[in-house]
Amino acid sequence: MSMSMMHAGAARRLLTLLVLLAGLVLSQLALAQQADPGREAAFAVPAVDAELWRQVKEGETGPNYRDSRAESTYNLVNTSGETWRQIRERWVSPFGAIAVLGMMAAIVLFYLMVGRKHLDEPRTGRKLLRWSLVVRSLHWTVATLFILLAITGLNLAYGKTLLRPLFGDGAWSAMMSGTKLIHNYLGPLFGILLVILLLRLLSHNIPKAHDLQWFAKGGGLVGKGHPDAGFANGGEKVWYWLLATAGLAVIASGFVLDFPNYGQARDTMQWAGIIHAVGALGLTAVALGHIYIGTVGTEGSLEGMTTGYVDESWAKEHHNLWYDEVKDQAIPEDQLAEHRQASQGDEPAPRSG
Amino acid sequence: MATMKFMCDAERCIECNGCVTACKNANEVEWGVQRRRVVTLNDGEPSEVSISVACMHCDDAPCIAVCPTETLYQRDDGIVLHDKDLCIGCGYCLYACPFGAPQFPKQNAFGERGKMDKCTFCAGGPAETKEEEYQKYGANRIAEGKLPLCAEMCSTKALLAGDAQEVADIFRQRVVQRGHKDGGWSGNPRADADSLAYDATQQG
Repeated sequence: MSMSMMHAGAARRLLTLLVLLAGLVLSQLALAQQADPGREAAFAVPAVDAELWRQVKEGETGPNYRDSRAESTYNLVNTSGETWRQIRERWVSPFGAIAVLGMMAAIVLFYLMVGRKHLDEPRTGRKLLRWSLVVRSLHWTVATLFILLAITGLNLAYGKTLLRPLFGDGAWSAMMSGTKLIHNYLGPLFGILLVILLLRLLSHNIPKAHDLQWFAKGGGLVGKGHPDAGFANGGEKVWYWLLATAGLAVIASGFVLDFPNYGQARDTMQWAGIIHAVGALGLTAVALGHIYIGTVGTEGSLEGMTTGYVDESWAKEHHNLWYDEVKDQAIPEDQLAEHRQASQGDEPAPRSG
Repeated sequence: MATMKFMCDAERCIECNGCVTACKNANEVEWGVQRRRVVTLNDGEPSEVSISVACMHCDDAPCIAVCPTETLYQRDDGIVLHDKDLCIGCGYCLYACPFGAPQFPKQNAFGERGKMDKCTFCAGGPAETKEEEYQKYGANRIAEGKLPLCAEMCSTKALLAGDAQEVADIFRQRVVQRGHKDGGWSGNPRADADSLAYDATQQG
């Protein structure tokens, strides 16, 4: 009996133990299922943290970066785009407009206050060859292209603000397409011709000691009389070297922008765009000064670039050192006219340009 | 007025590229242009994570700011659309966009790129007829009261599209459900302080 009692007690204890064990296992299972069917599986991705996010924004992509788009060169996020936009919209556009409009205002003001620079002495009627036919052709081709590129470039930068309200959708679209075609197809031609013109005029534009004197006298605005100047004066040399530096930068960046077929990276394009805009807007502003001085601003200058010849008095006043070199080559006006008539525009290729 | 947004839940994206395919199919996008892409970071590593990217229809969109022809514009509901008749192919939008959304069919000399194309949030674009709209921009599902097909077809509902408030609510709910104190981003050392999963309804 005691044996059976003992047996029964042991069996009960065993049963309790089994129930307890089963309960434990079941509760563990329930815990594993998280008991809440609405709950998402919380699988942590350990490395997706602030550091990774920083790398993404910096564009640091490791060897295991994948993009499902064919031949994609994009990062997940390209923050340089926004930087480019801010530089362009906040700095380049407004200050470029200020430079160009400011230059226009300054020229008008200068003309009203100082007026046209007339020759001090009457014309002698004897002419000196200043620009050869080759240089004149190059100059006017480059000048025409420059003006076309400046107008189309300004239109690309400011047309949306200034001209868009004046155009209907159809005309606006055609005008902008034309603008881009002119700019993109004539740009390279301008670049090549400007380089040729710069090479041709290099020898005239080597800086000399007397150029400093020219600047000190403000090109003749400060004090009395004309400062010394050779074939090119200090101001002309500045224009030359601006074109030879900023101008070449604009051309180089223009080529980068104009030929995306070489697969330049977007960052390269952004830099090229900024350099192109800054250089071109600056040169446009300075070109306005060049145009003013060459046409309305100075008596006797424009004829040098149209006919090729300048008057002796003009040469003596504006380019005295050059005049001293070439004064014995002066040709009387009527003889020049006769010569022109005889040769019917078939000029002998003059060498002085 | 609703503000339409995309949101991709990186913890759900399984890099199936269904969104890319759905977009191509819905919009008949021209050859070589892929409006949506899937980016995978640390592919094959334990920390691998994928995210689907297209035009994010930015509130202050850089593409609109730099476009010289006003090709790009924003609707009142936040969707950024483009007018192919105005596009001159200058590429500025492509330089400015942080997400690589604008694409051009060509990339030839003298800046000949053709007309820009990008995600329209399945809202078409300016055109005279429905046929012309479909041919130029693809589907206008928004006009039919439907959401973008990429998000509609996402198998794990990682990609969400719709009113920004609704999308944010869904994502917030997920974050709370997941119980990540640091929200969608794991491993935040300040998780306890930030406690992005703080659920006000559960706090007595």
